[in-house]
Amino acid sequence: MKGQGILKGLGVTLKHIIDTYLVDIKTGKDRYYNKDGVRQRMTSDTKGIFTVNYPEERLPLAEAFRYVPFLVYDEENGEQKVRCTACGICAKVCPSQCIWITRAEDPETGKPLKTPAEFAIDIDLCMNCGYCAEYCPFDAIKMDHDFELAGYDRVEANIHLKERLLKPASYYAGIRPLNYALEQKAIAEEAERKAARRAKRN
Amino acid sequence: MNDQTTAINKINQAIIKRFPDWVQIDEREGYEGLVVETAQLIPFMEALQDEFGYDSLTSVTGVDYLPEDKMEVVYHIYKSTGGSILVLKVQVPRSNPVVPSLVSLFPGAAFQEREAWDLLGIRFEGHPNLKRILMWEGFAGHPLRKDWREAFYEGEFKPYEDRWPEGKVSKVETSNPYQENIRYPEGFNPETWIPDTEELLLQGTASIKTETDDMGLETEQLVVNLGPQHPSTHGVFRMVAKLEGETVVDLEPVMGYLHRNHEKIGERNTYSMNMPYTDRLDYFCSMSNNFGYALAVEKLLGEKYQPPERAQYIRVIMAELTRILNHFMAIGFFLNDLGAYFTPALYAIKERELILDIFEAVAGSRMMCNYFRFGGVVRDLPDGMEEHIRKMVYERLPRQVDEMDRYLVENEIVVGRSQGVGVLTPEQAIAYSAVGPVLRASGVPYDIRRADPYSIYDRFEFDVAVRYHGDVYDRFLIRYDEIRQSIRILQQAIDTLPEGEILANKPAYKFRMPKGESYGRVEGPKGELGFYIVSDGTDNPWRYHVRAPSFINLTGLREMSLGEKVADLVAILGSIDIVLGEVDR
Ligand code: SF4
Ligand code: SF4
Repeated sequence: MKGQGILKGLGVTLKHIIDTYLVDIKTGKDRYYNKDGVRQRMTSDTKGIFTVNYPEERLPLAEAFRYVPFLVYDEENGEQKVRCTACGICAKVCPSQCIWITRAEDPETGKPLKTPAEFAIDIDLCMNCGYCAEYCPFDAIKMDHDFELAGYDRVEANIHLKERLLKPASYYAGIRPLNYALEQKAIAEEAERKAARRAKRN
Repeated sequence: MNDQTTAINKINQAIIKRFPDWVQIDEREGYEGLVVETAQLIPFMEALQDEFGYDSLTSVTGVDYLPEDKMEVVYHIYKSTGGSILVLKVQVPRSNPVVPSLVSLFPGAAFQEREAWDLLGIRFEGHPNLKRILMWEGFAGHPLRKDWREAFYEGEFKPYEDRWPEGKVSKVETSNPYQENIRYPEGFNPETWIPDTEELLLQGTASIKTETDDMGLETEQLVVNLGPQHPSTHGVFRMVAKLEGETVVDLEPVMGYLHRNHEKIGERNTYSMNMPYTDRLDYFCSMSNNFGYALAVEKLLGEKYQPPERAQYIRVIMAELTRILNHFMAIGFFLNDLGAYFTPALYAIKERELILDIFEAVAGSRMMCNYFRFGGVVRDLPDGMEEHIRKMVYERLPRQVDEMDRYLVENEIVVGRSQGVGVLTPEQAIAYSAVGPVLRASGVPYDIRRADPYSIYDRFEFDVAVRYHGDVYDRFLIRYDEIRQSIRILQQAIDTLPEGEILANKPAYKFRMPKGESYGRVEGPKGELGFYIVSDGTDNPWRYHVRAPSFINLTGLREMSLGEKVADLVAILGSIDIVLGEVDR
C-alpha cells in the first residue's frame, strides 16, 4: 500500500517523542542538572533525546581529553618549582611550531641554566595534538581541560606566556588523577631504586 | 608480506617479458614497480588494460625530483577483481614536463591530472580540459614544486631553528603582512581580471545554445550556479550546471575553496608531525586517516614497526566505529539533501555522539583523534571501555541501525526521489576510478579489506556489501549494509581482543627512515584512502601525497548528473558523500 513506508517512519518519530517524555516522567529530576543524570545519558542504554544543556550542564570530560597545554610547577615550601628544564623537546615535536622557549642563563657566567626564562605558546596555532605533553621527558607540560578560552582580543590574549601557562601540580592531579598517580608511582620507585643502590655502595 | 612481494615480482617479470622495450624495473633503492617509456605510455596502458586486466587507475600524482632535475608521474593501478597494486612511473625532464594524458583510457584520471598540473606544473598532453583545479587563475607558480615558497615561508623543514633555545614569540603574519606577500603570475592584473564566466567554465562543450522550436518559440539553455555557499552542498563546493528546461545537459564541479596545501605542509613536517594533520583531511573519520598514514609509514620502516596484536585489534575497532559514524552521518545528511530537514540528521548525530564519547575517552579528542602511532596506538583503552564498546556493538548499534532502516528505507518519498536517479554503471564506476560505497553500489564488489587485506582484516568474517543498480537509492542503502557488516567485525574484534602491548617500540618522535617509497591504503568509509610517501632518508618526507576518495569520486559526478533534473543534483551529490576537508586538502 502506498504510504505505508511513510507511516512506518512516522511511527519511529512518534516513538522518539514518547520515549523522551516517558524517560523524563520516570526519572524526573534525576535526569537533568546533575552529574549522575548526565552520566546516565552517556551510557549505551540511554533512551529518548539526550541533549546536554550546555553551559548549565556539562559533559564530564574524559581524563584523556586535551585542549591547550600548560606548564606544571611543584610547590616546595611555598615556592614555585617549575618542572620544565628548557630542554626544547616540546618545541621540536610541535607540528605547528607554536612553542617558543628562551633558556635562562646564569647572569654571571652566561652558562645556560636548566630552566626557561621565557616560554610562549601561541594557542591560535596550537592544534591540540598533545605531542608536547606526550614527549616531554620531565612531565613538565600537560594538556589542559579548560576549553572556554573565547575572548575579544586575538593578538595578545591568545599568546600564552609563562605566567599564564604555569599551573600547580595539584591542578594537574585534579584533572588527570590516574596519570598523575602513575607518574608519582614511577618517581617513587625510581627514588627507591636510587636509595637502594646508594645503600649498597656504602 | 613475502608472498605478496614474490607475487608482485612475478607480475612485473611477466609485463617486462611482454614489453621488453617499453618498460624496465625501477631499480632505485627502496622503490618498487616499473618505469615506462613516456612515448609508449598510451599503448602500454591500453595493453595492460586489455591483456593483463588492470582496469582501475586509482592514483595519479607527480614527484618533483629537484636534485636530479626530473619530474616523475606515478600511477597506481589495480584489477577490480582484487590483488595488489601495480606501480608505474614515467620520467620527464623538469624543464619541460610533458606526459601523455590518460583521460581517454581512464576518465578517472581527469581531476588527478589537473591537480598534478595545478600543483606541480606537469602538462598532460591530450587532456580535454587541462586547467587549474584547486588554486585560482591568479596564482603564481606551482606550489608543490620543491623550489616554490609560500607567503609565510619560515624554513624548508620543521622544526624551525628559531624556536629554541632563544625563542622570541611573534605572529608570523606581522613579519609578512597581508597584501605585501601576494604574487601574481606575469601579466595578471587582479583589478582588471574577470573570473571565468559560466560559459568558459563549461568549456569543452558547445556553448549555450539558442533554439527555435516548431511553434516558433525561442528557447535558450540556462546556466545555474549551485554554491559555493549552498547549505546543501556539504561545505564550500560549487556546481555549475547547464540546463535545458530542467534537465542537466552539462555540469562542472568547482572546488578548492578549502585548499591549504596539506601536501606541502606535509613535506615541511617530520613524519610524526603529519599524524595530527591527517585528522583534518576527512574530519569525520580521523581514525581511518590515521590508519592509512600509519600503514604507509610502517611499510617504509619495516618489520620492526609491525604493531603488536592488541594494537591491531584496537585499530580495527576504531576504524570500524568510524565507518559506522560516517555512514550514520551520510544517511542523515542525505535526507537533509532530499529536504527532510534535520530530524533524520539529528537521529544520526545522536548515535554518532555516543561513538564520539568513546573517541574522547580513548584518544583525548572527539574529532581530531591523533590516536595512531607508527607501530601501534598512543594509549590503551581506559578502564571499562571494552565493556562499553561491547554493549554498544551488541545492543545499541544493531538496534539503532534497524530503527533507522524502519524510519527511512521504505519511505515512498525517499524511494521516489532516489530510485533510478544518478545511475553509474559498473563499467563507468571503474572507469571513473570510483571507490568505496559508490563503486560497490554499482555492482562491483571491491573492498580493500578483502581484495588486498591489510592489518588483520583477513581474520574476520564479513561480507563485502554490494548493490547492483548504481543509482542514488542503492548508494543510500549500501551504507546500511556496511554499518551492519562493520558491527559484525566489531563484535568479533571485541570478543577476541587480546591483552598485551599497544606499541611495538618505545614512544619516539624521530625515526631512522630508510630511502624509498611506499603506498599505504585503507578502505576508509568513503573508499580507498591512500598515502604515497617518498623518503630520501631524512627526517622529513620528500613527497607526501594523499589519494583522497572524496576528491576522486567527484570525477564521476558529471556522468551521474547528465540527463537528470536539476532538483536531483543535490541528492546525487549527497549520495556520493564528500567531505570538503578531504576534497580540497
Ligand atoms: S616542557 Fe618539557 S619538553 Fe618542553 S622544554 Fe620543558 S622540559 Fe623540555
Ligand atoms: S598540543 Fe601540539 S600543537 Fe599544541 S603546543 Fe603541544 S605540540 Fe604544539
